[in-house]
Amino acid sequence: MSRSLNIALLGNPNTGKTSVFNRLTGLNQKVGNYPGITVEKKEGVCKLNRTTKAHIIDLPGTYSLNASSMDESVVIELLLNKKSKDYPDVAVVVTDVENLKRNLLLFTQVKDLGIPTLLVINMSDQMKRKGISLDISQLETQLDTKIALVSTRENKGLDRLKELLVNYRQLSIKPTIELESIDAAYFENLQKAFPNQQLYKLWLVITQDVNFAKIDRNRVSDATDFKTQSESYLKRMQQKETVKRYQFINSILKEVMIIDRDAATDLRSRLDRILIHKFWGYIIFFVILMTIFQSIFDWSSIPQDFIDTTFASLSEQAKTKLPEGVFTSLLAEGIIPGLGGIVIFIPQIAFLFLFISILEETGYMSRVVFLMDRGLRRFGLNGKSVIPLISGTACAIPAVMATRNIENWKERLITILVTPFTTCSARLPVYAILIALVIPEGSFLGLNYQGLTLMFLYLVGFGMALISAWVLSKTLKIQSKSYFVVEMPNYKLPLLKNVGITVWEKTRSFVTEAGKIILAISILLWVLASYGPGKEFSEAEQIVTENYTELKGEDLSNKINAYRLEHSYIGILGKSIQPIIAPLGYDWKIGIALICSFAAREVFVGTLATIYSVESDAEETIKNKMASEVRADGKPLFNLASGISLMLFYAFAMQCMSTLAIVKKETNSWKWPMIQLFGMSLLAYVIAFSTYQILA
Amino acid sequence: MIPLDQLAKGELATIETIETDKLPLKLIEMGCLPGNEISLIQKAPFSDPLYLKIDESHLAIRKETAQHIFVRLIK
Repeated sequence: MSRSLNIALLGNPNTGKTSVFNRLTGLNQKVGNYPGITVEKKEGVCKLNRTTKAHIIDLPGTYSLNASSMDESVVIELLLNKKSKDYPDVAVVVTDVENLKRNLLLFTQVKDLGIPTLLVINMSDQMKRKGISLDISQLETQLDTKIALVSTRENKGLDRLKELLVNYRQLSIKPTIELESIDAAYFENLQKAFPNQQLYKLWLVITQDVNFAKIDRNRVSDATDFKTQSESYLKRMQQKETVKRYQFINSILKEVMIIDRDAATDLRSRLDRILIHKFWGYIIFFVILMTIFQSIFDWSSIPQDFIDTTFASLSEQAKTKLPEGVFTSLLAEGIIPGLGGIVIFIPQIAFLFLFISILEETGYMSRVVFLMDRGLRRFGLNGKSVIPLISGTACAIPAVMATRNIENWKERLITILVTPFTTCSARLPVYAILIALVIPEGSFLGLNYQGLTLMFLYLVGFGMALISAWVLSKTLKIQSKSYFVVEMPNYKLPLLKNVGITVWEKTRSFVTEAGKIILAISILLWVLASYGPGKEFSEAEQIVTENYTELKGEDLSNKINAYRLEHSYIGILGKSIQPIIAPLGYDWKIGIALICSFAAREVFVGTLATIYSVESDAEETIKNKMASEVRADGKPLFNLASGISLMLFYAFAMQCMSTLAIVKKETNSWKWPMIQLFGMSLLAYVIAFSTYQILA
Repeated sequence: MIPLDQLAKGELATIETIETDKLPLKLIEMGCLPGNEISLIQKAPFSDPLYLKIDESHLAIRKETAQHIFVRLIK
């Protein structure tokens, strides 16, 4: 008969815990969120032998069971909750052979909870290079456990791990240290009050500031009332406990581990000397960023063009091959372009996460945090905010997803909220056409005005991101007491399997999660543009044919399309917002384009093309058409004042439903995307308004 | 005895006392305990953050945290 057991993987960050998880489960894993919070929940299935299956949870990396972040709380909440369906039959603590001493601290804590605990010593391939030798069987005896010596890089030792897991019942559950020896009176009293409870478990409940609401409160949680001592007294006891654990670990390691420092080759100090150099460190980081940024732009453009043409031709085929009707129209103009709008982001997301996961895997990311922390801290951001802010210049969607590395929730939230201010690639076509239209040619000190304007717009985006980050950091009342303690891991070559799984997982979750919302809104926009009340819309063809007798063929059908759009719901919406946008220098046609831009900013150009009923998307033709548009008083619609006002509106407004969808996913609530939508758009309105009023 | 943030790059010291109440437990658990060796590997511009080797851990902390750790230089 087959049986299934629950396994929890624990370990310090940078020990290769996730590599072990990937080796065990391959692609048989799924990533979700813990209910109600944004901590990633990774679980997977692994066949241990013919009759035993394992359900494995890869718990967030943690240095100890004393939680200091939401991620870490998840770990102890699970380990204290026997009623959880995920409560482990066996816990596996993954350690790195080079940091064994520190990693064993967590091992002793987990074992003291009375859970059968197995030790994995990873990166065994590094032992020789680092001059480390270990007496495994002696260590097993001393720690009273079983050990699997593993190299995830060389795929060694995993069979032994599986075998040990199958026989987990043989593992001892005896605690490693005696808490009573820290403060005999205190712990004896505690045990007397709760005679049936494990002492270390009680101690954790007392000292941890985590949410135990879901945990069976019977008896255990009564212990929270047992705070007979002051907080600082408790903390000193925690320190004593830590010292005690280290004494235990040191006494064992002295006997079983020999490190021959002369045999060690030190890659770290040689690389650190240059990579975090006060001057060269920044230059190197800048060059790496530029390379990443360029390749996201350049490499993605090839598949993106392909995706673009493929979906356009699919849509065209649907239109011509299928019988005319509502369904065909929905398919060709709503669903297919909507799907295309999701797929088009895949190359950028995949490339960005390819680079990010390589930077993470090599250990370089921690150095970036070290270099950038001081500068960004002034704005309420974190050293790690640098990656989202820079990659936002390609696209805000992968950038928002990249904020997951920021442990501090407040700093992460601020980064998410301000990232859409950076000039993304979808704003470029809008800027390009408006600059060509309203900014005169000519140059100043050898720099041409048009180029300067574009640069100015990029700077304005970054500047606004930093300013609003500063404002948010002063106004948001979020308790986040996590401290800045960043481990600087060893440099390593990235494991291809880990990189691949990250890229796949990020891309997949974007398509399935944010994709749903994007598709839904695309269809909604299609409905609004394809239906309209009254005869004006339904009899558009007849009305236009009668009134414009001189038009023929393509010109006629373009005019009909334009007329229809004008009288569709979206057209009516565009007209109805005219009073609001008139002080900004826009007419109702721009209003329609603004609303349609919500699907994606670059749609602005295409929408205007439809409204002006020009036959092709060629930029030159649309530009000429736009240049010849006049207001009621005969002056051109697009002049310096309205043009700059419109560019600034695009620079600040939140007009991207895909970004809103991903922010909803990452923050787990509609509150933050709505604050973005209204806050950014209001800001855009005020700035565009004052610009136009001053310039006009 | 000097506060840790006054250590110069490359210097080796022993941790003498720590202000337990002002330090994150995480730092203590990573080996920041009296008696352990500590060396300053690198300072970022404006001497903040500091890149340290504490016992066997390599880590970076902000200057404000380092001011609560007191060390004695090893000659």
